[in-house]
Parts: sequence; structure tokens; C-alpha cells
Amino acid sequence: MAVTAYKKAASFYESYERKSGLKDVTHYCPGCGHGVLHKLIAEALDDFNATDKTVLISPVGCSVFAYYYFKVGNIQCAHGRAPAVATGIKRVLPHSVTIAYQGDGDLAAIGGNNILQAANRGENITVFFVNNAIYGMTGGQMAPTTLLGQKTTTTPYGRTTANEGMPMKVAEIISQLDAPVYVERVAITDAKHTMKTRAAVRKAIKNQLENKGFSLVEVLSVCPSGWKMTPVQAKQWVEEHMFKIFPPGVYKDESAERDIREANKFIFSTEDIRSKLDIPSQEVIKSQIPQVPERYKDPRMILAGFGGQGILMLGVGLSEAGMEAGYNVSWIPSYGPEMRGGTANCHVNLSTNRVGSPLVSKPTVLVAMNLPSLDKFEDLVVPGGLIIYDSSLINRAPQRDDVEVFAIPATELADKLGNTRVANMIILGAYIEYTGVLTKATVLDALPNFLKKKTMVPLNRIAIEKGIEFARQKMNKS
Amino acid sequence: MNESIGLKAHKVIINEDECKGCGLCIEMCPKDVLFEQPHLNRMGYHPAGYRGEGCIGCGHCFYACPEPGAITVLKKGYVEIEEEV
Amino acid sequence: MAKQLIKGNEAIVKGAILAGCRFFFGYPITPASEIAEAAAYYLPRVGGTFLQAESEIASINMLYGAASGGVRAMTASSSPGISLKQEGISYCAGSELPVVIVDIMRGGPGLGNIAPEQSDYNQMIKGGGHGNYKVIALAPNCAQEMCDLTMLAFELADKYRNPAAIMADGFIGQMMEPVEFPEALPRLEKKEWAIYAEGQDDDKLICSILLDPPELEQHNIKLQEKYAKIRQNEVRYEDYYLDDADFILIGYGVVSRVLQSAVDELRAAGIKIGMLRPVSLFPFPTEHIQHLAERVKKFIVIELSNGQMVDDVRLAVNGAKPVEFYGRMGGVVPTTDEIIANVRKIIEA
Repeated sequence: MAVTAYKKAASFYESYERKSGLKDVTHYCPGCGHGVLHKLIAEALDDFNATDKTVLISPVGCSVFAYYYFKVGNIQCAHGRAPAVATGIKRVLPHSVTIAYQGDGDLAAIGGNNILQAANRGENITVFFVNNAIYGMTGGQMAPTTLLGQKTTTTPYGRTTANEGMPMKVAEIISQLDAPVYVERVAITDAKHTMKTRAAVRKAIKNQLENKGFSLVEVLSVCPSGWKMTPVQAKQWVEEHMFKIFPPGVYKDESAERDIREANKFIFSTEDIRSKLDIPSQEVIKSQIPQVPERYKDPRMILAGFGGQGILMLGVGLSEAGMEAGYNVSWIPSYGPEMRGGTANCHVNLSTNRVGSPLVSKPTVLVAMNLPSLDKFEDLVVPGGLIIYDSSLINRAPQRDDVEVFAIPATELADKLGNTRVANMIILGAYIEYTGVLTKATVLDALPNFLKKKTMVPLNRIAIEKGIEFARQKMNKS
Repeated sequence: MNESIGLKAHKVIINEDECKGCGLCIEMCPKDVLFEQPHLNRMGYHPAGYRGEGCIGCGHCFYACPEPGAITVLKKGYVEIEEEV
Repeated sequence: MAKQLIKGNEAIVKGAILAGCRFFFGYPITPASEIAEAAAYYLPRVGGTFLQAESEIASINMLYGAASGGVRAMTASSSPGISLKQEGISYCAGSELPVVIVDIMRGGPGLGNIAPEQSDYNQMIKGGGHGNYKVIALAPNCAQEMCDLTMLAFELADKYRNPAAIMADGFIGQMMEPVEFPEALPRLEKKEWAIYAEGQDDDKLICSILLDPPELEQHNIKLQEKYAKIRQNEVRYEDYYLDDADFILIGYGVVSRVLQSAVDELRAAGIKIGMLRPVSLFPFPTEHIQHLAERVKKFIVIELSNGQMVDDVRLAVNGAKPVEFYGRMGGVVPTTDEIIANVRKIIEA
């Protein structure tokens, strides 16, 4: 339809009720560029019939009050964070038109990383970047886009390369990324440039409507108050000075090459949720805590060895089987860098009572799979406690004479089974047989529940059985 | 749009109360049909005014004006429909 | 229902999803990374979104955006990351956005270390960001509560339109224990203030700026009234052998587990001692402590910090009875024996 009138867009509130004072005029200074860009955006939303599904994000800057004017869902947010906030709501509302409206301090200084990353993710959002080479809201301080020599309240002698570096060229930077679909720098200095801006605004919104990805329009704007010029002088200043550093033009445009896609609305569902969360549907607890000799009851254990010996897995196995037998259990690893190289240890509690401290400072059982572990923890074991150690790797017996000692050549036995990595399961089998804390049936039932690699179940089963057999022989001998 | 029943000539309507006297519309008008009025509006600005004839309906003044509702340009043939039902 | 042996950090994610959370914005940090990892694994399976943000600052702001869209969403981090999020938390509080933030506390200040501390108490409970705001804060002490309190955090966040935090420590996060997962919560009703981009948003505004001082004061008064309601309705704690206790140990998180063991041993030795475990750190069980102060001899507060929660205990006791403090810092977790020895010293002093 041919235009028959230029008038206030329906995407603006008729009356600006959120604003104090006059409700029919904006808070912007005379000649301010924001108003012009606002009008172009509102007109585009009208024409695309997109007002109803538009979310406008206004971070800090003169346009922080954009929500006074746009008759859309409005979010005001922290300085520089509009691209992150836009990302959040756009992921929730993929069918929306989400617009981040940012100034130069906001986008290029404090929010520099946020815009770069949102652009690089190719968020399907539209960013309008108003570059007027100054912080307007806070009273005319330097922006990353302030020109060399330009005087601001924080560059009273003019910006210098030595102190503040060079003006930042946002359109150029963003256009270097692969993800964005469209980046253009425009100006609103005269009718010709304003019409280009109008077209750019429309393209950037249309791209979003068609799910083509991230669009950014950098608008060279004016700040007559901050620049201390008349509006007419300010427009001339943009053309004479800003154009040289910030040449208008299309920096990237893949709008035509990218497919138009439908937006999928987010749908909340709880269907099949427990199985999707790997929550077991069947009770695994058999409440089969065996009769255990007093000295082995309710073990508090420290398990220690080299990283890679499966110490943590041994602890998890004991805990899983313990839980399935009906014990209260806890497992806690030493974690972090310590775990990534060198030694590993974990604390395990199997208790018929509520487990208090998960940290075992006075173990009733120590499993040491290497010498440093025996050295480190031997003295902690309570008198009458049990020390199990891998005699294939530890060349000394424990020195304590007030504890019980059980030597298992676990790594050798595992090696004979073809994989030294199952030494931990040999110890598991030997321990349960030796102490009676858990039954073989419980442990073998639990095995597939704690072993992540299901293909390893048969070998681990054999190792457990081997450990049981070893303990049995040992016990018969003694 | 039947031009014979609508507006006979292009027309600029300036809402003086909303005008901040920035002068951009005057500067931008290719036909020089806008001017700064001598009186002050409620905000203390000299509002822009339309000379009453000569508008070519280009809309430059509308897009130059930062205020959403200060300038309306109606083109020849425009019909005041009982607002878009 | 079936129990599952699971890490506390993973229980948080499953609890969150059962509570209806479908959006997670994270950033890696030890010892909280398993939360992001589990979220990255499970959320896509249930039609949700996990996004690794460019920073903690970005993740809290993505959360700000997502919560504006009326969904349940969360982030998780550890102490230094929480410091970075504080600006965003203040904005969420100001804009009254229901978000859930998990803090798996570690040693500080600065980079500190990755061992468990409780030195974020002040930054979370006293408002680490700017302004007169409060964050609902729950402190689990086992894997089961990592699930249950996360679910509760979502409920409370929505009930009060307020940020809610889970304050756990590295040990509770890394620990595996059996967890019984409750049924999923039903779908949320639409929130009348949230933005849905379906044509009824023109009166919606998510915003924390109120330029006019009397207006901002009014907003603050409204917030304080809300916090008063939270104080009235949402105090949670656990008593352990308090009925006849002369001495009360107070501690939360992993500390409370050690205290439980200490109480058991001290009771066995004939000392009338008990433990109070604040489950909600805000609101704090102030009145409960006031009542206890009428009949006990001494309070002993134990924290993995330089003594942060102890200030709130002292405010509650208000000089009525002695309040002693024992703390470890730097990620050192006291043993049961160490607690017992120090408690004995304090009792006998």
C-alpha cells in the first residue's frame, strides 16, 4: 500500500504514562538522534505487524527510558548487558522479535564482550547500536568511539592515541565474525542517509522474523547537548568528522543467502521426565544388611591410591552396593587438581545409623593401593581397625601392631585376568568376603549400576569373584 | 485510494506542543516550506511552522524530527478513515 | 520410590528439572562445574536449553532475560563467580525476578582455592550487590537436600518474585549419597507480570530504575514488606537433641554433619549438648534462637569462615547468653575430634 501519511507509529504509546512531567514528548534533548531511530524502529514494527511479539531491551544510556515509548514488552537492564539479557529471553521466546538498543559506552565499552559473544553465537536478535561518540546520559564523557582530538568531560584536552587509544570500529569488528548475518553502518544526517537507515532497520528486523540470525545496525547519531552544538551543526559534524573514521556502508550481508525458517515456540513438557533424568523406576534397596562381626560393623573407610587405579570407583561401588543392601552411605572424593594427577582418595561411610560427618578422620578401614597412601594414612586408622593394601605395589607391610592387616596382591591378580585396571574390584571382592560387610549377591547386583562402561561388567564381575576367592583361601589358611 | 475524494494537497501538520525547536525539519525540507515561529511554546521553544502551501509530501521533515508525534505529513489523496477499524 | 546414589551437584540439576526449570546459563568453575555439566546433559533431553555464557556476568544477565519470559531458570557458580554475579543479583532483586542461583562455596579471598569454605555468607545474606535487598538462601547438608531445597528454591522464588540461592560447599556438592527424587512439579501458571510476546505485553515492564526518589523509596518499602513476609513464613531449621541441651552448636552445610557426629560422641560422654542447623540462612531462625537463649547456657557457632553467620546468632541472642565461635578457613574442614576438643574447651571455660 502506498504511503498516504507520515504519522506517529502505533508501536508507540499514545501517551507516555511511565514518564514524569509531560506525557506527550520524549525526554530526549532537542535534535537528539535517538528519537529519529525510535521512529524508524516503531514504523518497521507497525509495518511488519510485529509489535505484539516484540521485546525491547534498554540497558543504561540515554535510551534507558526507551520503555517510556515503545508499546511492547519492555526490559530495562544493567549497563552493557543487553545482548546477554536478549539472549536469555530470546532463548525462552524464540518466536519473539527481541531488540537490544544500545549506546556506544554500553555496547563498545562495558558490554564489549557481551556483544561480541552474542554476535558470535549468532543469536537471532537485532541490535541497534547508537554511536554518537560520547556518553550522553552521564554528561558527556569519552566513549570508545570518541574521535581523536575530541574534547569530552573526561578528555578535556582532546582524546589522544597515547592515552586513550583509537576510536573503536564496531561494525568492522562484528562483521569479521562468521555468525552474524547482517552488519551495516548508517547515519541520520540527511534525508538520503536517513532513508538508508530506515531500510537497514527494516532489514535487521526482517532477518530476525525470518530466523536468519544476528543483525547489527550501527547508527551514527548526534548528541548536540554533549557536543555543545546546535542540532544542525551536529549533523554536519557527523558528516565532516565521523564519516572519515566510521564510513557508512554494508559491512556484511548474507540476508539473501540464508534460509528463512519458522521459529519454534518453547513448549514445556514433563513427559517421560523421570526416565529422561535417569531416575531409576525400580526400588534397588533390598534391605539385606548381613550379620557382620562387631569389629567390621559400620565401616568408616579411607580408600587411597594413584589416580587411574580406580580408587574413586571402588568407593562408589562400595557405596552403591551398600545403599542397595540398605545401609546409609556417603562417598566423598578428594577433588580438583589433586584428582587430575597424582594421588586420589575418597572417604566412604556405610552405616546402620544416620551418617554424620561424611569426612573420615578416624578410619576403621584403610585401603591403600600405593605406598604414599599407606605412608599418609596408616597412622589414622583406629586401633583394632583394618588395613588392606596392594602387596603387588607396596613393598613394606604396615608398621602398626594394633591393627589387622590384609595384604592383597591385587594388581598382580588383575594382571593375570588381563587388565591391571580391575585391581580395585579384586580388592572390593576380597574386602566383602573378608569382613562380611556386603554379600556377593548384593555387590554383583550393584555392579551394572555403578559401572559406567557396561561392556566392562563381565571382566569386573570376574575380578570381584577372584577377590572373593583370594580372601576365602586366605581365611582358610589362617 | 481515490485521490479525488481525499486531501487536495500535501500537508504538514506540526504539533507545536511537542516541538523542541531543534530546527532539523526546517533544515531538511527541500522546498523550504517550514520555518521557525516567533512565539514560544509551553516548553519555551520556538516551534516549527508550515507556510501552508508548497509541501511535496516527501516526509523528510517527519524522519528528521526526533519527536514521535510532533510532525505529521498527510499526502494528497489522504482520507481520514474512521481509524482503521 | 527408588533411591539413587548421586553427587550433590547432580542432584541439584535433577531437582531443578523436576521443579520445572528448563533454562540454565552457566560458566565453568571448580567445584561447581558438575552442575553445568549435568545441566548440559539433561536439559536438552527434556526440551530445555543449556547455554555456556561468556562470563558469570553474562550468565546472570541471561538469567535476568529468561526469568523475564516467565520460565523457571537458573545458574550455578562458586564464590569468585558469585562475586561477579552480584551486580546481576541486585538487578534481579530490584526487578523482582524469580531466579535460582547455586553457590558451591570455595576458599577465598581472591582466587583462594577450591576447597570448601562458607565465606560467602556475608556476600549472599547481607547483600553482596548494591541496594536494600535480600536473597532467599537455603543451605543443604546432604545430597537429598541438594535436590529438595533446589525445588523449594524455585517455589519460593516464584512465590515471592525474588532471587533464591542455594548455599552449599564443595563437599556437599562433590559428595555422593542416596537420593529419592520426588515427582515432577506440575506446569506453572502464567505469571501476570512476565513477558510472553503474545500480544499482551504493552503494560509489562521489567525494570529496576525508578528515577523519582519517593517512588524508589516506595518500591524499597514494598520490598522490605516482602522480606518481612518471608521472615514470617519461610524460616527453616533442624534441631538435633535440643530438648534438654545446655549447650547448642550452630552450624550449616557440611559443618552440620561434623557437628552431628560431635554431638553424638559428646552425648555419649554425658554432656547435654545439641545442634541447631539453620536450613534457611535468609530468613534466619532468629526467633527460634531467641527462645533457646532463654534456657541454654551457651551457644557455640562453627563455620568454615572467619565468623560470618555468628553475627546473626549474636543479634538474635542479643547478649542474653554467651555466643562463642570456632572457625576454620582456607578450605580446612575440622574433624569431629577437633570439634569435640574445642567444644569441650569452650564449655569448660
